[in-house]
Amino acid sequence: MKSFRWSTVGFQVLAVVLALAFTSLVLMIAGTPPLAAYANILNGAFNSMKSFADVAVAWIPLLIVTAGLLVTFSAGLWNIGIEGQIMVGAIFTTGALRLLQDSALPSALIIVAGFLAGMLGGALWAALAGLLKIYGGVNEIFGGLGLNFVATALALWLIFGPWKRPGVGSMSGTEPFPEALWLPLLPGTRLSGWSVAVGLVGIIVIYFLLQGTYFGLRLKAVGRNARAAFLLGIPTSMYGLLAFLICGALAGAAGAVQVTGVYHRLIPSISSGYGFLGLMVAMLVNYQAIWAVLVSLFFAALNIGSIQLPIVLKVDSSLAGVLQGALVLFFMLMDGVRRRFQPKS
Amino acid sequence: MDSAFLSGLAGILAAAAPILFAAIGETLTERAGVTNLSVNGAIILTAMVGFVVAVETNSTVLGFLAGAVVGALVTLLLAFATITLKQSQVAVGFVLALLCRDLAYFLGNPYMGVSGPIVSHLPIPLLADIPIIGQIFFRHNLPVYASYLLVFLAFWWLFKTRPGLMLQGIGERPEAAFARGANVNRMRYFYTVLGGALVGIAGPLYSLSVKAGWKGTISGLDGIGWIALAITIFGAWNPMRAALGAYFFAFLQWLGLVLQPSLPGIPSQVLQVAPFPLMILTLLLVNIGNAEWVDRALAAMPEKTRHFISRLLRAMRSSPPGALGVPFDNE
Repeated sequence: MKSFRWSTVGFQVLAVVLALAFTSLVLMIAGTPPLAAYANILNGAFNSMKSFADVAVAWIPLLIVTAGLLVTFSAGLWNIGIEGQIMVGAIFTTGALRLLQDSALPSALIIVAGFLAGMLGGALWAALAGLLKIYGGVNEIFGGLGLNFVATALALWLIFGPWKRPGVGSMSGTEPFPEALWLPLLPGTRLSGWSVAVGLVGIIVIYFLLQGTYFGLRLKAVGRNARAAFLLGIPTSMYGLLAFLICGALAGAAGAVQVTGVYHRLIPSISSGYGFLGLMVAMLVNYQAIWAVLVSLFFAALNIGSIQLPIVLKVDSSLAGVLQGALVLFFMLMDGVRRRFQPKS
Repeated sequence: MDSAFLSGLAGILAAAAPILFAAIGETLTERAGVTNLSVNGAIILTAMVGFVVAVETNSTVLGFLAGAVVGALVTLLLAFATITLKQSQVAVGFVLALLCRDLAYFLGNPYMGVSGPIVSHLPIPLLADIPIIGQIFFRHNLPVYASYLLVFLAFWWLFKTRPGLMLQGIGERPEAAFARGANVNRMRYFYTVLGGALVGIAGPLYSLSVKAGWKGTISGLDGIGWIALAITIFGAWNPMRAALGAYFFAFLQWLGLVLQPSLPGIPSQVLQVAPFPLMILTLLLVNIGNAEWVDRALAAMPEKTRHFISRLLRAMRSSPPGALGVPFDNE
């Protein structure tokens, strides 16, 4: 903490209040009592161990993705291609599992190979965005966006083409893998203890990488002022590329979790939008790893809690996205207001 | 010429119209030095709002008006957050893109699949009867004609008028423009909101014409705004070149549809995204001239090859306004 101030906290509380007020207004326009909607979301996320386990199922990939994004943000890069990196990670994992599932290898080893393949795939896709930026002058935002669409097309082509189910391909994805290739689930839930372990190890490693290593320090120097860092002798291009590779590998790991731990096959929407959501989490926590753990859990709870809204209150589940977006937006607005009016010490 | 081909060409002009509105709106905003990344969400939101207003009032004109107003409001918020409060343009724009999209899906839910009015066709008398040309250009609706005019109007404004020159100045060298008496931040507000209003016309142009109706997440609008942003870069912040990009993109999408039956092995979703890799490639081509290693590589080449390649790169090259994304302090 550089300079803790109560007024800073005050502005953040105000941001939460304004975001809730905005979302309540939106709910009233839709003719839904706001309190009922919020109660419903909380209930849907926390009413039983099983629903809380579902929240954790969404939390883990979001946390892994956010961990990766902390690295690219530290380097001053906007890795919007993260969605595609999750997708290609999932594709590589699926490919590795398909290749090895009939072999004599023990299934644990096949799953590990699937994870490594996923991380490789995500890193390759991120490297593409990085190379386009460094050697092609293509802004990473547009290179990344384009690559997201290409990754989606690649997944669709595989699902409807070479990897289609016996008979006819469909949006429901590829043939599910045998249960031996699933990450073992905690009893009575859809959550795997192994994916929780991967997620926590991921964020801890990134925390120490950024806070406790020379590499992290230099990476942040590149992010703050690339020109000054370059003049000080830091190879900025290489650091940028490394940040992309690390983030891509983590995104790929999130894709591997989705394939081996959640869906057990490749589906067109395998990334579940966690990449963009991770960008929002990283912005909201102002790029601090510890807060990322809690905020990603909260965002996952909003996503899971809102799933039943269409059934219970006849409103769309995109309410979660409205609340998440409003939170990030008002945090930024209040940060701006604070900087403008708070006297400098 | 057979009429299927002609109506195909006419269809390309119509399909490109909303992208044109968005790309030219963004061109004006970025010329002033502000990146508006919210376009993708704003198009979806204004498509929904325009459709709902048109259904409720049974007036497509009011639908377009509502779209423009909502589009302007979104960018007014962006301008306030980034110009007045000095927050990151990319961060605020990105969040607005997601927030607007989810707002559209949430509030538009009751109107999913409802049948609504469509902008009526208005062949221009005399001109529509010209063989071939009339069929391609002059049998559309008013917004499509407006899109032709917008290209020329924006070009003329930007390059041939005094305010246009000032606009280039506040995006290129705001200090110099300020020294010559321009109120940089007020003009940035103006062009950001104007650009947003133009983006806000793109939305209803989809929901009331090109992709009529509101179908929530399957309206097929998610992604178009990002394309419009890429076309702005491809267009080198020049309305004419942006128009070329928009028509080229619409042509590629049409090609995808036409080729579909002859390529049964490839799912339709794949052909629909075919323009994106090409978009990356074109961005690479227009940007690669800016990369440092290219200069070094060129220096090592023989005289004649170097001249040829550097002229080629310069012709394609597209450099952003000098102060794009940089906040300006009046003090």
